[in-house]
Amino acid sequence: MSAATQAPHNKAADLPLSVIIATDCGSTTTKAILIEKQGDTFRQTFRGEAPTTVEAPFEDVTRGVLNAIAEVEELSGRKILDGEKIVTPAGAGGNPKAGVDIYVSTSSAGGGLQMMVAGAVQSMTGESAQRCALGAGAIVMDVLASNDGRLPHEKIERIRSLRPDMILLSGGTDGGTVTHVVEMAEYISAAEPRPRLGMTYSLPLIYAGNAQARDRVTDILGKKTALVVTDNIRPTLERENLAPARNKIHDLFLEHVMAQAPGYKKLISWAGAPIVPTPAAVGFIMEALAKRDGINLIGVDIGGATTDVFSVYGGVFNRTVSANLGMSYSISNVLAEAGLANIMRWVPFDLDEQTLRNRIKNKMIRPTTIPQTLDELQIEQAIAREALRLALIHHKSLATGLKGVQQERTISDIFEQKASGGSLIDMLKLDLIVGSGGILSHAPRRIQSMLMMVDAYEPLGFTTLSVDSIFMMPHLGVLSTVNEKAATDVFVHDCLVYLGTCIAPIGQGRDGEKCAEYQIAFEGSRQPESGTLAFGELRLIALGDNERAKVTMKPVKQVDLGEGKGVSVTREARGGAVGLMLDGRGRPLQLPTDARTRVAALTRWHQAVGLYPQKSL
Amino acid sequence: MGHAYTPGLTVTERTTVRKRRLLPIPGTVMVAQGDRVKADTVVAQTELPGKVHSVNVANLLGIAPDEVLDYLIMKEGDPVQKDDVIAENKPFIKFLKTEVRSPVQGTIDTVSTVTGQVLLREPPHRLELLAYIDGTVAEVHSRQGVTIEADCTLVQGIFGVGGETWGELQMGVTSPDEALTPDKLTSGMKGKIVAGGSFLGADTLARAREIGVAALVIGGIHDKDLRALLGYDLGVAITGAEKIGITLILTEGFGTIPMAAKTFALLSRHQGQKASVSGATQIRAGVIRPEIIIPAGVTSVQSQAAVERGGIQVGDYVRVIRDPLFGRIGQVSALPPDLRQIETESHVRVLEVGFPDKTRAIIPRANVEILEG
Repeated sequence: MSAATQAPHNKAADLPLSVIIATDCGSTTTKAILIEKQGDTFRQTFRGEAPTTVEAPFEDVTRGVLNAIAEVEELSGRKILDGEKIVTPAGAGGNPKAGVDIYVSTSSAGGGLQMMVAGAVQSMTGESAQRCALGAGAIVMDVLASNDGRLPHEKIERIRSLRPDMILLSGGTDGGTVTHVVEMAEYISAAEPRPRLGMTYSLPLIYAGNAQARDRVTDILGKKTALVVTDNIRPTLERENLAPARNKIHDLFLEHVMAQAPGYKKLISWAGAPIVPTPAAVGFIMEALAKRDGINLIGVDIGGATTDVFSVYGGVFNRTVSANLGMSYSISNVLAEAGLANIMRWVPFDLDEQTLRNRIKNKMIRPTTIPQTLDELQIEQAIAREALRLALIHHKSLATGLKGVQQERTISDIFEQKASGGSLIDMLKLDLIVGSGGILSHAPRRIQSMLMMVDAYEPLGFTTLSVDSIFMMPHLGVLSTVNEKAATDVFVHDCLVYLGTCIAPIGQGRDGEKCAEYQIAFEGSRQPESGTLAFGELRLIALGDNERAKVTMKPVKQVDLGEGKGVSVTREARGGAVGLMLDGRGRPLQLPTDARTRVAALTRWHQAVGLYPQKSL
Repeated sequence: MGHAYTPGLTVTERTTVRKRRLLPIPGTVMVAQGDRVKADTVVAQTELPGKVHSVNVANLLGIAPDEVLDYLIMKEGDPVQKDDVIAENKPFIKFLKTEVRSPVQGTIDTVSTVTGQVLLREPPHRLELLAYIDGTVAEVHSRQGVTIEADCTLVQGIFGVGGETWGELQMGVTSPDEALTPDKLTSGMKGKIVAGGSFLGADTLARAREIGVAALVIGGIHDKDLRALLGYDLGVAITGAEKIGITLILTEGFGTIPMAAKTFALLSRHQGQKASVSGATQIRAGVIRPEIIIPAGVTSVQSQAAVERGGIQVGDYVRVIRDPLFGRIGQVSALPPDLRQIETESHVRVLEVGFPDKTRAIIPRANVEILEG
């Protein structure tokens, strides 16, 4: 199974804090949030935003941080900055509206953390190394392995041409193969790899492979790289031990990579906790949420350039990043990977190919533009569905059990996997989907976010959906390393917006025929509702935030809701900004292939849930 | 971000550009501070290590890896020619003798007694870094390269493909809304930078490559023609390394879009002059736009001081960069401070633009770019 848990290292007991300023230095903008203790509860109170200043002409990340914090200062009336210093602690100089207790930050500026990983066998230590680097918040540029199908000189050329921030070399179980590990070390040595940033420092390389090969690897790579040796990520075939290598990645990220980026030395000196790669911080908070509620979840952050997918199943954390699936910089790549037909199947009107292709390319070259017309919004949301779908397919392929071995871990008992190495992602056992990123967090109607995720992920049975209100998960992730209560309070009260629950029967039937009968018992004095859900029908039932209802679904004989075909299921469902969505469109979801019928079906569904303003329909 | 706006592309008659020209690995700088350089002057050079080839001697001779040294007839650092014997066994019967030959000319790089492989490295090859623009060496970065400064006319495009090149600038059309058709390209345009109007198609691209035009500058093209030119569907706008035999720069975007009048007029004024162009585009953090640089000559000119914009202002000329008015150029007539609900139901900051035909439109601020310079 993949992964030891991804607990933040250096975790101390909760520090006593009352006012916190946190920033996330993204590729384009730096976002600051102010968190203040109100009574016993921490709340996010103000936010500010400014362009990130890693690049020329500023070349100093702290400029953007100061600008973002200055905006918070302006809005809150709290004095946080004294020139270019952060005033600490809160209440400094006897002024209750001055100072903060701590400053924390995450960073993905300058392209984030870019790594190359290597293992002996691609599907074993290669995959373990990939999971390790991804879990640490890196973008994996390439996975090299003895059996990756490339000739030695091709491997060497590839290592040389990539300029990663860091390399993770694994390979062999302890006491296992030495030859293959040494071979990979020899290739790396021959390539004389150079780091992405800075011309003069040595490339950090973490060796986390067979302990018996350490001396050899040190001989080969010790002088050519900044070598760090840590515990094997795959000490036995049946066990992954990713935490030590992940922690080393975070340490080296700070010591080497960040130290090369302009202004980061100053930023590190301001921060009260280690600066964490943004995706790693999001992982912390996802894992904390899954642990707190004892649930399985999938989280997605769909950005302009990349889409990150996180999952926690049975306590096992996984993260993948689809480096070229995104809604602005990479929007054209979504078209290239998904194909025109897959995008057009979600668009409720006809559009010629040339117009669509030109529009997508124009968004790529002017990534900050926003849809001004409804049809432009519908096209972007169609593309988002495909980006989300493709990123989940990618995630499923990597969030797997360990391959080629009899599994030791108790998780196998829970999931009843038929073969080792199967995907952990079982949509029927999924409790919660957390969506994040502009297209989901800022959709004009919340139902649009919900239906985008439902269409892309095709959840099965009962699944709750939510979105991150203003993308503050990175801030809360890094905050959780110093004060978990503060992070959890804000996450629950200000960050997560519950949309509601989707109930999707598994099976197919002819449009209009009965799919399931339902009965809904509400809390309080509200009258119960009952009815019949037909195939091809999408129905929305109001159920507000913090409201719950007991839903009984009695499917027809060929339809399953998780307990077997035709078996009635009763579960509690959570409400939210959208409510209860009864999805009778069948699973797997099959859209009509004929354009006219498809547009008619989409229009009917969109009208049924009030997806867009009426005039467009 | 209260002051958010999309910075426009620079189109200016006079400015000073500074170009950092850096080697991928340390080497030797060939010029000194203050030197005048031409676009084709070698400013720095280095030796790129040769390709590495591996030969698993242990496998080929059927011996254990730790025995490899006993069978090698060369040692680490020795030069070898292609087909030189580098290792051999010593059987009792000569007929059974096996020789391992070098697949390349180079040196024995490393010998491993763990894997049994010998790594051979081809000779290094020289990389010469050219100045790219006519100008003056403003700064020398020891062992890494130089910064070259030039007073020039500068036009930034929105997107390009193909690498750096230079040549004489020639207009291919007479007005910015005219398409550049194949019949407008002549054999005399070989090695030149040809600027067109609103659009060019696959047939014009093919003709330009056939003639040997160095670069094309145009308002817009169709995505399908770009795909045909590259041979693949471009997913991410990080370009400049394409080996397509021509550099292509779009000034406006995808589709048929007249080149902005100011850009067209500026290029027309400099017809016949030498220009350096690059199609390299990077639309990510650290944005790089394609460019046309027309050096002002040896005489230094007083460059305009860079003016830091405070934000968008009434009276600014802007280009609309999103449908439904994509490509139109107008003048900002009002900047309402409050958020407005647009057709999508999003609440966004907007501005009012007046167009030359006296019409006005409300447009999200994110969907315009200022015409700079």
